[in-house]
Amino acid sequence: MLDGTTAEVVERKALRINAAKTCQPIGAMYAALGIHSCMPHSHGSQGCCSYHRSHLTRHFKEPVMATTSSFTEGASVFGGMANLTQSLKNIFSIYNPEVVAVHTTCLSEVIGDDIPTIVRKSKEEGSIPDGKVVIHANTPSFVGSHVYGFANMVSGMVNYLAEKTGTTLNQVNVIPGYVEPADMREIKRLAAAMGVNIVMFPDTSNVLDGPLTGQYKMYPEGGATVAQIKSSGDSIATLALGHFASHVPAATLESKCNVPAAFMELPIGVGPTDRFVDALRSYGGVEVPASVDLERGRLVDLMSDLSQYFHGKRVAVSGDPDQVIALTQLLLELEMKPVYCITGSPGNQFEKRMHELLDGPVPDAKIKQNADLFELHQWMKQAPVDLLITNTYGKYIARVENVPFVRFGFPILDRAAHRFFPTVGYAGAINLINQMLNAILDKKDRECAEEWFELVQ
Amino acid sequence: MSSDIDILPSRTASIAEAGRAGGPMKCGKVSVAGSVSQRACVFCGSRVVLYPIADALHVVHGPIGCAAYTWDIRGAQSSGPQLFRNSFSTDLQELDVIYGGEKKLERALLELIAKHQPKAAFVYSTCIVGLIGDDVSAVCKRVAAATSIPVLSVASEGFKGTKKDGYRAACEALYKLIGTGDAAGISKHSINLMGDFNIAGESWVICEYFERMGVEVVATITGDGRVDAIRRCHGARLNLVQCSGSMTHLAKKMEAEHGIPLKRVSFFGIEDMAAALYETAKFFGSEELMERARAVVSEEVAKIFPQLRAWRADLEGKKAAIYVGGAFKAFSLVRALRTIGMTTAVVGTQTGDADDYNQLREMCDPGTIIVDDSNPLELAKFCLEQDIDLFIGGVKERPIAYKLGIGFCDHNHERKECLAGFVGMLNFAREVHATVMSPVWNYVPRRARRMPNAECRTANDRGEEAVA
Repeated sequence: MLDGTTAEVVERKALRINAAKTCQPIGAMYAALGIHSCMPHSHGSQGCCSYHRSHLTRHFKEPVMATTSSFTEGASVFGGMANLTQSLKNIFSIYNPEVVAVHTTCLSEVIGDDIPTIVRKSKEEGSIPDGKVVIHANTPSFVGSHVYGFANMVSGMVNYLAEKTGTTLNQVNVIPGYVEPADMREIKRLAAAMGVNIVMFPDTSNVLDGPLTGQYKMYPEGGATVAQIKSSGDSIATLALGHFASHVPAATLESKCNVPAAFMELPIGVGPTDRFVDALRSYGGVEVPASVDLERGRLVDLMSDLSQYFHGKRVAVSGDPDQVIALTQLLLELEMKPVYCITGSPGNQFEKRMHELLDGPVPDAKIKQNADLFELHQWMKQAPVDLLITNTYGKYIARVENVPFVRFGFPILDRAAHRFFPTVGYAGAINLINQMLNAILDKKDRECAEEWFELVQ
Repeated sequence: MSSDIDILPSRTASIAEAGRAGGPMKCGKVSVAGSVSQRACVFCGSRVVLYPIADALHVVHGPIGCAAYTWDIRGAQSSGPQLFRNSFSTDLQELDVIYGGEKKLERALLELIAKHQPKAAFVYSTCIVGLIGDDVSAVCKRVAAATSIPVLSVASEGFKGTKKDGYRAACEALYKLIGTGDAAGISKHSINLMGDFNIAGESWVICEYFERMGVEVVATITGDGRVDAIRRCHGARLNLVQCSGSMTHLAKKMEAEHGIPLKRVSFFGIEDMAAALYETAKFFGSEELMERARAVVSEEVAKIFPQLRAWRADLEGKKAAIYVGGAFKAFSLVRALRTIGMTTAVVGTQTGDADDYNQLREMCDPGTIIVDDSNPLELAKFCLEQDIDLFIGGVKERPIAYKLGIGFCDHNHERKECLAGFVGMLNFAREVHATVMSPVWNYVPRRARRMPNAECRTANDRGEEAVA
């Protein structure tokens, strides 16, 4: 399928081949699922909603609920007001969520539907029952990427829900970024181990990694409650993990409720996790407990045990910008060489930060925002790598180039257990190192000449 | 087991029960605004139908999402070119929305055609293209003239109807190809296979049966499809239409314009597969063909029958729910399930029409719930009320079924086993048997309670509601 990929890079101005991103609304839908008892609502054609649900279902292997305004030609001419009003009425009367989180699509954005006005009118007309909440985010598909959609919906949570009462609560906000339920679970576990009271939103753990119970719950146990998000305005500080997914909502909360924001990176790798743990320690006013030190010690021990296998290995990475920035730090800690690093999302901060990280240790690294997997593949044709780390879509390249491959990020459509294993925190690094080592050594064991085939590694 | 889920008042006319009188089903409408519809859009309809044409270029003109969500998701296999599995998009940005995307599209097409030398190109319009008013047809014409290959505009703006309208738009685009090739040398016993998409290699299985009968398959539309075969497919003497929803429009056009009759067939289940072969032989009026069809059927059935009988012993009396795209598949599944001793207690489709639902009412056992354009809550409610053992559906239904402790068989894009033909019946039965009889259900409260000596305490024993 990728036979046509050549090493020679031709400048493309009008074409995206094998994209490393998708559109804003799916990120907004994913974020909304991290609110307890929330129905994400897609204001657009019914195809958008169906695609996002299918895609999220393929990634999480879990039911994903969302409603749609089911636009028709009429709505696209006269505006989607009637559809949204009718939708809100139907959603509350039949699905009875606590919150409806509306996101727009390219269609409703171009039509120019004014969501706050429509919601206000619906409220006046009584379509939104008392005590129920509707929030929204503008998520035009032709701007940014799914990561931006996620950030916009989290900002929507802040805009609509966060309140300052004047009494500061002994709690720290964490905006976790566009990460897996397992990562959110891990962040909560770390905070609990340290004795820091956190409010995390969104929180998709126990929503998209639920148990099989023989019941179907439209609104599973998990998710940040409206009361929790409301209370975020009274927190001591906000730890915003990731520039692209979390910094804007944290800044919004800072300006709205005067909650100081700590703009951080995703805690992937030793250094980034140390900084996260340290921020929890200082804002939470606690000491780092021995149990967390032990976790860190076990990770560093593993890194020392395995350094011989990772040293100098050339790595190609594609993923969401916050993930790539953090993962690169883990790779450098292992003395690997991230030679090609791309993200499909646009945004200058990616290249700026990546150059800071790589200009010293890997001066010839190629770094690109707003790139696609076709281009990454072309680079790999020019000079090969020892390891490829991308979402599922890298599998085509891994196969044709016969490169050890680790799936990382969103989406992973062809494996299942990623939702249980974090990549953040010390435990997450252990998981990633394990996967990378297995990928590299499995290839060696499979392909090396018999005299080089070793029992003990 | 009952559930306390309500049905939206506006949905009641889209639900019926076999064996009970009622008015015509309300169907073929866009979904109620605000429902968790399982349906997709016009673009989706066009994309799934055309995408298996393997030596064509497929370019999605729109923002990135529409291309991203349809990138190689269908498992439609090609015996040759793999070009169609790449994702090509114009990735429209804000400035394109303001100033128009025609230039970008034209440049993208010229670049791609120069690089890949495809036999034809399909350009899919998305919602946004319909709004900003790009003249996609004009771009296609210019590019076709410049490159000397057919460049076909697919009018698939998402909001312009339902998935069915997308099938129609795909048929219109395909129709522009048909009749442009040389139909010389085609056998008098020749057919086109329409509406089979070669998921898990199904077209190959079906073609092999027809070849054994001595029937020439001119074009498979669109599974393992090739542009040149489609261009000359007007030379076939009969169109066999398998997925009634997607291809009937094209087959009817070919009947009107090229005088090629059409037959609706199904390749799922022993009865329907055999009927398709016999009907074809009968159509050609050849006793020789009929003899060979009989030989194929008896050989193939003999291969699978002993194993089917063994599985049937385990599955006898188990109950199934079916929720699929088209009604014709639902008919086949009801029959195929009967073959392995199972009854259908719930059946629904996304795109069935009133006639289809009447037929379902007639063929299903009394009490069977029949539903158009359903949603997860309704489906969960019916599954619990009917105490279902097996759910047959697509990607969005799978995890819901599992959560309820119900076995699942994907009969949609993501099936990994060939389910068509006689060998497909065996695969289907194997898959159904494996999932229905899976030991994992012994650990699920609702199902475990039905087991003798159940050890698990169920959620319901603890007084929780079945569906929250």
